[in-house]
Amino acid sequence: MLGFLEKYGLFYLTGGWPASEIGGFAGTLILAGVGLAVCFPLAILIGLARTSQRHAFFISATIWVYALRGIPLLMVLLWSYFLLPELTGHSFTPFTTAMAAIIVYESAFMAEIVRAGIQGLPKGQMEAARSIGLGYWQAMREVILPQALVNMIPSFVNQFVSTVKATSIVYIIGVSELTFVAQQINNVEVGNPIRTYVVLAFFYFIPCWGLSLLSRKIEHSIKARQSSAAAVR
Amino acid sequence: MTLDLSFLARGGHLPALLDGLLTTCKLFVVSWICGFLIALVLANLRDVRFAPVRFVAGIYLEYHRNVPTVVQMLVWYFAMPDLLPDSIRLWINRGNTEFLFAWIALSLNVSAYFAEDIRSGMRAIPHTQYEAARAIGLGALGALVYVILPQAVRITIPTILNRTLILFKDTSLAMAIGVSELTYQVRNIENATFRAFEVYFIATITYLVISLVIMFLGAWFSRRFAVTHRA
Repeated sequence: MLGFLEKYGLFYLTGGWPASEIGGFAGTLILAGVGLAVCFPLAILIGLARTSQRHAFFISATIWVYALRGIPLLMVLLWSYFLLPELTGHSFTPFTTAMAAIIVYESAFMAEIVRAGIQGLPKGQMEAARSIGLGYWQAMREVILPQALVNMIPSFVNQFVSTVKATSIVYIIGVSELTFVAQQINNVEVGNPIRTYVVLAFFYFIPCWGLSLLSRKIEHSIKARQSSAAAVR
Repeated sequence: MTLDLSFLARGGHLPALLDGLLTTCKLFVVSWICGFLIALVLANLRDVRFAPVRFVAGIYLEYHRNVPTVVQMLVWYFAMPDLLPDSIRLWINRGNTEFLFAWIALSLNVSAYFAEDIRSGMRAIPHTQYEAARAIGLGALGALVYVILPQAVRITIPTILNRTLILFKDTSLAMAIGVSELTYQVRNIENATFRAFEVYFIATITYLVISLVIMFLGAWFSRRFAVTHRA
């Protein structure tokens, strides 16, 4: 086992880097991390539209969210693989293709977190902000979002965990992330697939489990702070 | 781009597509049923007094919740057969190996989520409800059937339906180990005909329609059986 880790540990961690594009575990984290970071402003806009009084915004955001929630990521990945070169006339690396699919797909789920966060605040917050003369955007920026975003932190952490897990399918189009690397190792080390896949499972398990615990902890501390603030009042 | 689907009628593509849809539905239904049955047991194991049982159940839950579904399938398909004795392996290989392992992986995966949903539903009912039920003369089973479950199910079903939707979408991952479900057939047909747009379009709509039915059920149930608190 130690010999195996010594031989392939770095390959699991970074793929063929620096000889080729960075991959492996680092590739998985970059896909999920950068994907969600790019997604974030998009999700706030879609989330705002989902709580909007304007029908055009509300309806188009709702269609966007429900359509994406209703199809598998794999299908979005295939679309991205086919449509990106078709629409732009350029060819893209598998990594960029997968990144595009993840951004589009996760925007729907992140938007629902934003919507829930905004609607989770008492209505009086918005009414009070508007009544002291703030406009809609001002009220959102100064009053609603600062409170709502803090409450959303645990959900964002959970979404990061599920995105890390979801990226494991993109090896299908040849992105050299963690699962792809394990498949390659399995092609070489044919005699012992158990070892290869147990190590792979551990690579996902440790960060995902740790982050789930962290998100539960943050949730508790946010709740504790809110109830103590309520008690002072 | 106009949608010309006549190519499907030639070369047996339409039967392949329908066959893929059927496999997807089969995988979805059998995994749901098995996952739910395992979850019923698991949900109770977490409250057993014997600590090692709780510990093992906890590891089972955390493994299935923190490792990607695809990886769980790969583990079953590539690694588990190595642990089995040759006679059993040969017996399995005679059947539809891919489907079997996808079925096992999806059932176990969804059971971990269902178990937590069921458990939190049961815990949401205060113990005094049980005590009151017993006090008015119901037996242990009667209290469970008439008092606890009707309230617990109400809380649990929306989350169960939400996870059901994810399970349905996860059946597409079975293509990774070669199960000839809808996405697998779609890729095959695309490779044979180069009609990516049309085939993807059909598959997307198909997934969407079934998903929307599940989402609609969830929304309807939440509204129809909303949990209302008396002051």
